[in-house]
Amino acid sequence: MTTPTATTGLIFNEPLLWEKSRDGRCGLSIPTSDVPSSPLDATLTTGGPNLPQLSEVDVTRHYTRLSQWNFGVDSGMYPLGSCTMKYNPKTNEVQAARPGFTTAHPMAAEQLTQGAMELMYNLEQDLGEITGMDAVTLQPAAGAHGELTGMLVIHAFHAKNGKQRSKIIIPDTAHGTNPASASLCGYESINIKSGENGILTPEAVAAVMDEDTAGIMITNPNTLGLFEENIQEIADIVHAKGGLVYGDGANMNAIMGIVQPGKIGIDVIHLNLHKTFSTPHGGGGPGSGPIGVVSKLAPFLPSPRISKTDKGYSWQFDCPDTIGRMLTFHGHFGILVRAYAYIRTMGKGLKLASQLAVLNANYIKAELRDTLALAYDRPCMHECVFSDKNQQPYHVTTLDMAKRLMDYGFHPPTVYFPLVVQGAIMIEPTETESKETIDEFIQAFKDIAKEAEETPELLQTAPNLPKVKRMDEVAAARKPCLCG
Amino acid sequence: MKEINELNLPEDVKYTDDHEWVKMDGDIVTIGITDYAQDQLGEIVFVELPEVEDSFGQGDEFGTVESVKAVSEMYMPLAGEVVEVNAALEDAPELVNTSCYDQGWIMKIKPQNPSDVEALLDKAAYLDTLRG
Repeated sequence: MTTPTATTGLIFNEPLLWEKSRDGRCGLSIPTSDVPSSPLDATLTTGGPNLPQLSEVDVTRHYTRLSQWNFGVDSGMYPLGSCTMKYNPKTNEVQAARPGFTTAHPMAAEQLTQGAMELMYNLEQDLGEITGMDAVTLQPAAGAHGELTGMLVIHAFHAKNGKQRSKIIIPDTAHGTNPASASLCGYESINIKSGENGILTPEAVAAVMDEDTAGIMITNPNTLGLFEENIQEIADIVHAKGGLVYGDGANMNAIMGIVQPGKIGIDVIHLNLHKTFSTPHGGGGPGSGPIGVVSKLAPFLPSPRISKTDKGYSWQFDCPDTIGRMLTFHGHFGILVRAYAYIRTMGKGLKLASQLAVLNANYIKAELRDTLALAYDRPCMHECVFSDKNQQPYHVTTLDMAKRLMDYGFHPPTVYFPLVVQGAIMIEPTETESKETIDEFIQAFKDIAKEAEETPELLQTAPNLPKVKRMDEVAAARKPCLCG
Repeated sequence: MKEINELNLPEDVKYTDDHEWVKMDGDIVTIGITDYAQDQLGEIVFVELPEVEDSFGQGDEFGTVESVKAVSEMYMPLAGEVVEVNAALEDAPELVNTSCYDQGWIMKIKPQNPSDVEALLDKAAYLDTLRG
């Protein structure tokens, strides 16, 4: 590589806010009280919360310094597989910051919030069109919450039909949260293995599908970044026994505008607005995980439902079969605004985004296939999966290479997931990156593989440039320190 | 990670495809995970143990081992009732790494059919599964 983008600069150490605190220091002038004080009963008072006392500049510098230790999608390529860390266009932020949205109150009367309701209604319509689903709810707070909502809908459907079922089929290439969502609905997970080429076979599904099985949870494209080509046939097998097909749409970034899940046998799908639709994520949210369903499941969606009449938009509370609310108020509204802005500004370009995301992943797969061991040698979708098999003779692991990548100025990819690939390295470049950046990333990995052979200790002690070096993950897990 | 010929695989225990070992002592069977399993998992940070008196069928999941890489399930080598668990692992899960056949044992069970042990793998057969 020519000139590495990562270097060390001036990095500030920064103490905790409590350590910077000084008695009486304050960020604003509190007006002097102009009413007589009236002591409260002693049983009603305590010492007050332990808050640090700081000036405005103390706080500004504190968080600015901390932010300089960070690596985000605004600082460089962030190829974290299955997370779809795409760039978040700044126009989304501009739209979400409009006072009409930021000051909207979820309990305001309908006639005062028509604009916000119109946005939500339109977003439901757009997501329905993208997924090929008949009805959409925006309530779920994130992906796993969307899964739970979807599974509750499936549970309610079977209950309404008079016979609850006890099991759910989950392939080994599904997302790890799938069994948890199913368990919360009381379903026992029946795990099945993907076939030799990394995708699910209809035979494996047919062998376990019966009339006591509520359905299947299938991630498509799956966590190996492969398209489940037998999806239609698998859906037919599940439907023939009265089951439903849950589609985990976390990997929707590979197929927007190309595949409508509702048209290939999927009955319920969740979307991650914070992945596919470019709203910021990482650091724990807020996310947004709307679900779309086919028409026969629409009555079970969370209430209230939004509806459009000739008098405008209104909330429908009369939903006798609903599973109830999944979140207070109307979902993470600020995230909904960002996703809507993304969809409207991209328009038909959404399809091109998916095409480029898939092209970029396949380009990386092709360029690195002689450097890293490829898990499955076939065309991938939006992410490609390698392993550390080639580096094992040098006692260099996936973790070592991931850490070393930081010294080259890139965020590491996802490591040790999916579990079906030992020492997995899952790279998802997204459509964001230019060919020049991707070439730099590829070259970095090639350089690192060379270092693995020649100077393995360089990798085993990496990273060297970031402020925080190799973390002691074992001590962190065995002796966690949870105090501030 | 260890090469296959570096693994410690004692002759006096039986093995399973899922990388548990079992050792018969009178009518009690001690169960743990193999050197191969602990080596592949890496440094173990937590072991989720079953309760004494829990009963499991053969192949049932009875607990999990968590390393910094992943959480893995442990499966019953044979059906039986738990009579003792290795409480030392609660504070010192690393015993599974440092002493997987001795201080790092997981639990003891009273098997439903003690003769089921015979059907498990001996060292040679287990080595064959590792070589694939």
